[in-house]
Amino acid sequence: MTRQAMFRRIVLSSLIRRRSRMLVALLAVLIGTTVFLGMGAVYYDIPRQMGREFRSYGANLVLVAAGGGSVLKLEEARRAIALLPVDKVVGATPFRYETMYYNKQGLTVVGTDFSAVRKTSPYWRVQGEWPQKDDEILIGADIAEHTRLYAGSFIALEVSPPKGRKIKKEMKISGVVHSGGAEDGFVLMPLAGMETLLGAGGTAAVVEISIAAASEEIAAFSAAIQAKTPGLTPRLVKRIADSETTVLSRLQALIFMVTGIVLFLTLICVGTTMLTVVMERRGEIGLKKALGADNKAIIFEFIGEGVVLALAGWLPGLVSGYFFAQMVSVSVFSREVDLPFFLVPLTLCASLAVTITASLLPAAAAVDVEPALVLGGE
Amino acid sequence: MNILELKDVSMLYGQVMALQNISLSVASGEWVAIMGASGSGKTTLMNIVGCMNKATRGTVTLDGENISRLDGRDLTAIRRDKIGLIFQQFHLISYLTAVENVMIAQYYHSMADEQETLRALKRVGLTHRAGHLPRQLSGGEQQRLCIARALINYPRLILADEPTGNLDESNQNTVLDIFHQLHAEGSTIIVVTHSPEVAAHAQRVVSLEFGRLVSDVPAQRFH
Ligand SMILES: Nc1ncnc2c1ncn2[C@@H]1O[C@H](COP(=O)(O)OP(=O)(O)OP(=O)(O)O)[C@@H](O)[C@H]1O
Ligand SMILES: [Mg+2]
Repeated sequence: MTRQAMFRRIVLSSLIRRRSRMLVALLAVLIGTTVFLGMGAVYYDIPRQMGREFRSYGANLVLVAAGGGSVLKLEEARRAIALLPVDKVVGATPFRYETMYYNKQGLTVVGTDFSAVRKTSPYWRVQGEWPQKDDEILIGADIAEHTRLYAGSFIALEVSPPKGRKIKKEMKISGVVHSGGAEDGFVLMPLAGMETLLGAGGTAAVVEISIAAASEEIAAFSAAIQAKTPGLTPRLVKRIADSETTVLSRLQALIFMVTGIVLFLTLICVGTTMLTVVMERRGEIGLKKALGADNKAIIFEFIGEGVVLALAGWLPGLVSGYFFAQMVSVSVFSREVDLPFFLVPLTLCASLAVTITASLLPAAAAVDVEPALVLGGE
Repeated sequence: MNILELKDVSMLYGQVMALQNISLSVASGEWVAIMGASGSGKTTLMNIVGCMNKATRGTVTLDGENISRLDGRDLTAIRRDKIGLIFQQFHLISYLTAVENVMIAQYYHSMADEQETLRALKRVGLTHRAGHLPRQLSGGEQQRLCIARALINYPRLILADEPTGNLDESNQNTVLDIFHQLHAEGSTIIVVTHSPEVAAHAQRVVSLEFGRLVSDVPAQRFH
């Protein structure tokens, strides 16, 4: 029988025939692997996931007319947006503000693109339906409260176009919007509908853009737009862009810490088990030495046990880690996580590092065991 | 030719003089019993002869080599090559089967050889127990296993500290029978025992008292 075969036999027998002893250590490695893999996947995915989530949390770049003008041309805005990488633009929404009257009372009416709004302002909550047709509108929650109108009601809006007489137009309220912002006090209608009423097509007051990129990158985009489309002034929506990066890096730091702590606990748990085992196995270590084992042989056996422990905890840990990552990702980001493959060997390395480190301590203790203790009574 | 020679060997544990100026020679092929009251230094002597401890003073020559000044590493090598140890507490590895418990001694010595190990088990009558764990063996079987392990690397010297201390009479006799066989084959055996009956099987009986060698007589005269 080769040395390796006998070595394997000793190490495996030691683990398998003392499995109740090693169970805690095994569990620790399993949990460590699970957390490492789960957190690793989320850590890696956060910039992508959160980028999408947070950047869609309102626009982070706003286009307005250059030189303090109140009207910009949508054609120009489209040219500006064409300067941005397609895959990073979450959405771009035009907003045009007009005043209309309901029962002689002035209301701010916003013309916009509802399908785009849903991308740039995903946090809006609509009671009822989003408008489908040009004569369907949303009213803000505050207006709904004052006027006692609700989804499904009709509202007659009076407008005075720049040329010609006043028009009274009956619109259907398809829903009530809760944005938590200014929109709660506005009426929102499709931009196309507003254009048929008031003319001046192809214009807006602002275009809000949501970009999935880091703030420095967005600043670069802004500069490019500034340079290439002189009719527009881009403005960074600073507050959101910055807080995103902060939240992102804090979240990553948190995950880093949690993972570190869990690995450390695993280390302590495995280390304690191994050390307890050494205390229990003093007689066995003394005997092995009495039989002629040198320190190297004994240390290798402990490390061998650590390696097998790492493998035995890592393999099921991969499976549970995968599910853990999915669970976290689904509950936090509401989407499935892509487990990057490099995490698989990385978790193995982490498990090995932990168990080998944990076996070094008992191995060092084993070196001090005297072979003489096997002789005599005891 | 003497396989073992002690000259003025003393052992101090702090203030305790465990051995005092012991001089003793053991010829190759001899069977020596060591007797003495508890605390008289028998185990201490075995530890020194078995290369598990260094004497504080004196010279120990084992198989022609002076081992009294060797360091731990060299002592380990000599112990591995020349000494077979048998213990009162058996000291079998609980998670290894009978055959593995013997093979591990081969493994630390040179090369594990299952066939040879099985022959050694056969010799001590444990063939049918080869795959059993120590806890599944009786005391006598465990001690026979311990003997098989001590013999597996053909040691120059077999040291047994109270090998029958935990055994009943019939198992004691089985062990003594094996010793008789080994002796007949030319092995050198040193047995520590409290039992005059066991000592009587040896050729020579050495007695210790408070760390001193007080008598060294042929076994017949010991009776
Ligand atoms: N490691 C040690 N440290 C300190 N004192 C020791 C040590 N080992 C033995 N002694 C002391 O040395 C003396 C001899 O001990 P030893 O174990 O050799 O006796 P023994 O003859 O084998 O006794 P027993 O028949 O009880 O086994 C005793 O007084 C003992 O207390
Ligand atoms: Mg003793």
